[in-house]
Amino acid sequence: MLNIDQDLSRFKDIVKGRVRKDLRKYMSSSEMIGKQGKELVSIPIHQVGIPRLRYGKNENGIGQGDGEEGEGAGQPGEGQQAGDQPGEHLLEVEFTVDELAQILGEELELPRIEPKGSQESDAANARYKGITRQGPESLRHGKRTYKQALKRSIASGAFNPNKPVVVPIKDDRRYRHYVVEKEPRSACVVVYMMDVSGSMGREQKEIVRSEVFWIDTWLRHHYEGFEARFIIHDAAAREVDRDTFFRTRESGGTLISSAYKLCAEIIDKDYPSSDWNIYPFHFSDGDNATRSDTRTCLEIVKNKLLPVANQFSYAQVESVYGSGQFIKDLRGEFEGDEAVVLSRIPDRDAIMDSIKELLGKGR
Amino acid sequence: MPSRRFQREGRGLPPELEEMRLHIVELGKSYGLDFFETNFLMCNWEEINMLAAYEGFPVRYPHWRWGMEYLRMQKSYEFGLHKIYEMVINTNPSYAYLLDNNLIVDQKLVMAHVLGHVDFFKNNVWFAPTNRRMLDTMANHATRIRRIMDRHGQSEVEAFIDLCLSLDNLIDPYAEHIRRHRQFSEEQIEAAESDVEVARIPAKDYMDPHINPPKFLEAQRQKKLDDLMKMKSVPEEPQRDVLKFLLDHAPLARWQYDCLQIVRDEAYYFAPQAKTKIMNEGWATFWHTRLMTDHILDESEVIDYCDHHSGTVAQQPGQLNPYKMGVELFRDIQMRWSTGRHGKEWLDCDDATIKREWDTGAGAEIGLEKVFEVRRTHNDVTFLDTFLTEDFCRRQGFFTTKYDPRSRQWIINTREFRAVKKQMLQTLAQRGTPRAYVVDANHGNRQELRLNHRHDGLDIKLEWASTVLGNLAALWSRPVHLETMVDGKPVMLTHDGSEMKQRELDTQADEAEAVA
Repeated sequence: MLNIDQDLSRFKDIVKGRVRKDLRKYMSSSEMIGKQGKELVSIPIHQVGIPRLRYGKNENGIGQGDGEEGEGAGQPGEGQQAGDQPGEHLLEVEFTVDELAQILGEELELPRIEPKGSQESDAANARYKGITRQGPESLRHGKRTYKQALKRSIASGAFNPNKPVVVPIKDDRRYRHYVVEKEPRSACVVVYMMDVSGSMGREQKEIVRSEVFWIDTWLRHHYEGFEARFIIHDAAAREVDRDTFFRTRESGGTLISSAYKLCAEIIDKDYPSSDWNIYPFHFSDGDNATRSDTRTCLEIVKNKLLPVANQFSYAQVESVYGSGQFIKDLRGEFEGDEAVVLSRIPDRDAIMDSIKELLGKGR
Repeated sequence: MPSRRFQREGRGLPPELEEMRLHIVELGKSYGLDFFETNFLMCNWEEINMLAAYEGFPVRYPHWRWGMEYLRMQKSYEFGLHKIYEMVINTNPSYAYLLDNNLIVDQKLVMAHVLGHVDFFKNNVWFAPTNRRMLDTMANHATRIRRIMDRHGQSEVEAFIDLCLSLDNLIDPYAEHIRRHRQFSEEQIEAAESDVEVARIPAKDYMDPHINPPKFLEAQRQKKLDDLMKMKSVPEEPQRDVLKFLLDHAPLARWQYDCLQIVRDEAYYFAPQAKTKIMNEGWATFWHTRLMTDHILDESEVIDYCDHHSGTVAQQPGQLNPYKMGVELFRDIQMRWSTGRHGKEWLDCDDATIKREWDTGAGAEIGLEKVFEVRRTHNDVTFLDTFLTEDFCRRQGFFTTKYDPRSRQWIINTREFRAVKKQMLQTLAQRGTPRAYVVDANHGNRQELRLNHRHDGLDIKLEWASTVLGNLAALWSRPVHLETMVDGKPVMLTHDGSEMKQRELDTQADEAEAVA
């Protein structure tokens, strides 16, 4: 009833377009993860602002209250805010995680996914498809019943077009009938492996976590029967739960093979490739300790992971410490293999591109 | 009439509030408040958010930014971040909206507050030229734009409106008060053209070089030529109302002309509100406290009233609240004039003890008279400039802040009065628009538009300027130049419709060019 609904939906259209375009900018904002527990993500986006001729930023502001000179004045950025007109400041558009995943989903897919999984499982779906003459009253099909009654009354000559009253009798009644359909399920498992060794700084881990968060959020939204496992590794690997994965801080040397071994073990034990689509993701700064370990890694990927996995993904974060050698080794070994996807993440802004490289459509 | 429809849907006041309204109106009048007739309408929170998004008017032209504002208000209402208590529009009769689930005491407070606003609208001189039939005008604008959209497509028209909106602060806020625009008739220009020779004073030959010095004659001739150039140039003198200039001279299609005119009309309508925010809120708060505490409240309502009122004038640590600032300053003025604490004698007195007890016995009448006078003649800048005293500043605990990059926070810089007042006025001025004037519509004899930004110590925001100039160029359909200063150096920003270029101005060379 409100006139403004049209303007509102117009704005939402614009925002959705905007979000798609500028998504990279917001994605790297780590506060999004911070609010994830509440199922709400707060994305500070620039209000779709109308630029006007304005003064530039001001280094001084004005305040009121107690405090000595040199003490904190309480609020961040009031000086700037003072220069703002209503309508020009940052707007927090709140999206639910689901809405965001939706937006992401229009550009992404799990590549090379195949129908797998136990055919006899609960994936069977009941749908109303047929019509029967008997059934519970709650499932009576009004339109079909009426049609039947109409047919009968016309056939029997009782129908009077000037007084079109049609009264269904018991024989006319039609009921909805359900058919059980088995749907092929695309069961999939994703194993996230993250390098938490000393060479991965705060920033690098933060980037990896942002990326994993978005991949995970999106997959959860789009694939039923989706499972995720989390591995962190330095010189040794261990499996952790989701929460620990997003929090942990460790340091130490780097033996990537440890993670791959563990990943292969998990898959071997819990996820037979006949029933599961398997996607290992590994994130590291590419600074492996020894050449011989790298060779071990390549072997594990080649002999243990690739035969069962739909795709092996490796994303390398740029770091000041790391040599970044590992991605080159992988490329040298698997050049041209479609099942191996490599991606570089130079900085936060590249997270979106990286996700597209790993999960982009039509690749 | 949108307002009628709005009223018919049972939005009138319930009887007990209607009774209160009559009471409050009588009280207000008895104190000398002078307001338009004010209609109060009851709304639910969705409606009030919508009205707030529409800036108080039930019907506006279709535009996404109302949706954006609405979304923001809806979200912040849902999350309990804010609640709109009152909204009132500057029309005659005036309309104010009450949120229907407010407490009765809140409704009383809001009504008293609103009457303060309406009194201000009616009497403050900056509002004098505003269109008091804006309710109808806005609805007409909506109809016109809808019609244009039907003809030319929503997206195209909306894009054009966005373009106009990005220029809608380039108006002359004093235009309605000062007559600036002098038009020269063709005859005047012709007369000036035929009269370029400088008259000589008759003199004997040998005296002639002394009585009519050639240098002087030449200078006079040049001056006449310059004046003539000025008369013939468009605009004749720098014009701050850029929108008016575009309406008069830009090559616009009929529908574009209409849109631009609508945007300009609405910009002028809202301009005084931005200029009087502190005063307007201060004045309304001044009166609602007065009316509520003197007469209206009954005992059972005191707690709720205090709760709400303290929310209104609450002072976030380190922030300025216009309600608080305004009301305190009005009270200070009333106190000073009631006790005669102004004028030469007061200023010349150095003795703190005498000053503390100062009272000439002028009386409350004089004080009240003064605040009424102030509300009539001032705007925020002059209000603070005239009445912000050192004493007041200290009592209120104002300070300036600056950003400390080391601790990454805003810190208190100083409490020194002059610095605080300067900063305060500057902050106020910065909320406004940089002063940009159209100076030449035929720059370089290439029909390019040249604007001049009168730099007053603060640079403009360049990345926005780029878009704004681009929009101007789109309207003008030729390149647009803006002279301004960046980091203390004069520069010329030029937008040719596709990108903005920045060029440092070598002042002398450019003057030479201009002469040539």
